[in-house]
Amino acid sequence: MRPAPPAVRNYNMDTTKRGLRSVVCVKQVPDTKQVTGDAMRPDGTINRAALPAIFNPEDRNALEAALSVRDACGGTVAVVTMGLPAASAILREALACGADEVYLVTDRRAAASDTLATSYILSQAVAKLRPDLVFCGRQAIDGDTAQVGPQIAEKLGFALVAYASEVSIDEHGLAVARRDVGSGVETTRTRLPALLTVSSAAAPLRPRNAKLLMKYKNAEPTVWSLDDIGADLSRCGKAGSPTNVSRVQSVVLAGGDYRAFSADEEGAKALVAELVASHTLG
Amino acid sequence: MAHVNKNGEVWVFAEQEDGSFGNIPFELLGKGRELADKLGVKLGAVLMGSGVEPLAAELGARGADRVHLFDHPRLARYQTASYSRLLADAILADEPQICLFGATPTGRDLAPTVASSLRCGLTADCTDLQIGSYDDPVAKETYEGVLHQIRPAFGGNIIATIVNPRDWPQMATVREGVMKPLASDPSRKAEIVRRDTSALDAMELPTEVLDVVRKVKTVDLAGARIIVAGGAGVGSKENFGLLRELADALGGAAVGGSRAACDLGYLPSDCQIGQTGTTVRPALYVACGISGAVQHVAGMRDSAKIIAINTDPSAPIFSVAHYGIVGDLRKVIPMLVASLREPQRGR
Repeated sequence: MRPAPPAVRNYNMDTTKRGLRSVVCVKQVPDTKQVTGDAMRPDGTINRAALPAIFNPEDRNALEAALSVRDACGGTVAVVTMGLPAASAILREALACGADEVYLVTDRRAAASDTLATSYILSQAVAKLRPDLVFCGRQAIDGDTAQVGPQIAEKLGFALVAYASEVSIDEHGLAVARRDVGSGVETTRTRLPALLTVSSAAAPLRPRNAKLLMKYKNAEPTVWSLDDIGADLSRCGKAGSPTNVSRVQSVVLAGGDYRAFSADEEGAKALVAELVASHTLG
Repeated sequence: MAHVNKNGEVWVFAEQEDGSFGNIPFELLGKGRELADKLGVKLGAVLMGSGVEPLAAELGARGADRVHLFDHPRLARYQTASYSRLLADAILADEPQICLFGATPTGRDLAPTVASSLRCGLTADCTDLQIGSYDDPVAKETYEGVLHQIRPAFGGNIIATIVNPRDWPQMATVREGVMKPLASDPSRKAEIVRRDTSALDAMELPTEVLDVVRKVKTVDLAGARIIVAGGAGVGSKENFGLLRELADALGGAAVGGSRAACDLGYLPSDCQIGQTGTTVRPALYVACGISGAVQHVAGMRDSAKIIAINTDPSAPIFSVAHYGIVGDLRKVIPMLVASLREPQRGR
């Protein structure tokens, strides 16, 4: 049996008077881009401890999109993350950039959640905030799955606009977005409530405001457990995750035979001769 | 969620746009054929669109046994709500055991939506798929004939094998350019199964597509036989001119770059090679000023021959290279170009 489709929750019908309620889902991630030099062990595996924890890059674009909608239409921007208490660091950063409220979902029972369970937990937290619009980064750099955003939309019964590079609200209160569809760029108009996943092609996050930075230096988010968001524990953590990791291998960089050539005319000639001899060049 | 159905077909989503296919449906059919044969089941292609029946024959020629045809005017352009509704209903009705999608913007929109509505697992961006067994260490059970979904993770620094032995269908998106398509064989015919699309007649779609602007692809990296690629070490957009000269001298190679080069604005983002860009496997890959971060290497390590040119002899790129020159690319490339242009080269 297929689970009953979620009812569309259109919380705030009259959006013109009081502005729009936006929620942004963000994630703190290890900076996988920094995997060079220092973070590489001699055997070619990764020293994760050497990687700094950062605000997932495309979630920054998502936050900016929400802030710019607030600039244009009024309303509020709430930011939600799921993770360890240390993830509060990116929530403080969101406050310093202008977010109105921040929430941390943290619970040991949420550990080992795959994308399906994660999207369930986040959808429960987001629903509690009764938004008109939800923004997610297109994907996180540690998993690169791009699945959690669309799956939150499905669970909330919100319209999905994925891969958005530009978002605005038109005079009818519809979300107009430009989205990258691979072969080109599509412009769409979508009724609210809607969830948008925002790509790195969108505007970068505005800089932190010095006053807000000082004001929220020691700010703590509202902390929610799975009970606080009314989550069904059978859909969270390991129990709610259909996928199992059966094997993990570190990538060991290894080539075949290696031949060095000198950085001079002789070397260049020898390399070209080798390419011809090996039939690499016809 | 559908239950485990060992007789279920292997399905691939045959993404089309405006009545034509990219390469990905054929790549999925190539892999899907292998999986279906191993499992002894049929390979089905899911074809959705408006007036797309003429496309079905090509799916048969590329390996499909059956084409599940969803034809409706409201399917003319991809929309999450319409496509996901029909596909989820069809999966519940037929219980295919495996569903594969291209890891394209559309596949990565449709697959998670369907997986969420069916509450089944989904693995993103697989680079290999195999049929094998799985020993569940907790439940102490062994499952036979499950789909091993193999993908890079953690920015390409690890390779993970994912299984979902219980909540079927086993769904995965598959990275473009990785699986090998079968050659088109027009003597192979697929059975066409016309599927009910009446659910769309009265369906309210939340999104309206206002406009589509086609992007002219600046480079075809996935299909290139020779690629000259540059990284942050190239130093400037202007210096990429040197790489283009080398590409010319190599008989018209494609020019691409690492994420660093694209982030620095040396190249447009569709020229990016690596874990988050295009995966390539050319006959020859010339890496110029590329340090060889794992996320880059993940997208080019299957190249038949790799040449690394870098000033830093300890750069990781040398450990995957077959040929290396430690030196300044601004000096080395012109010398290579001169050697390549010599009429008696290599003799």
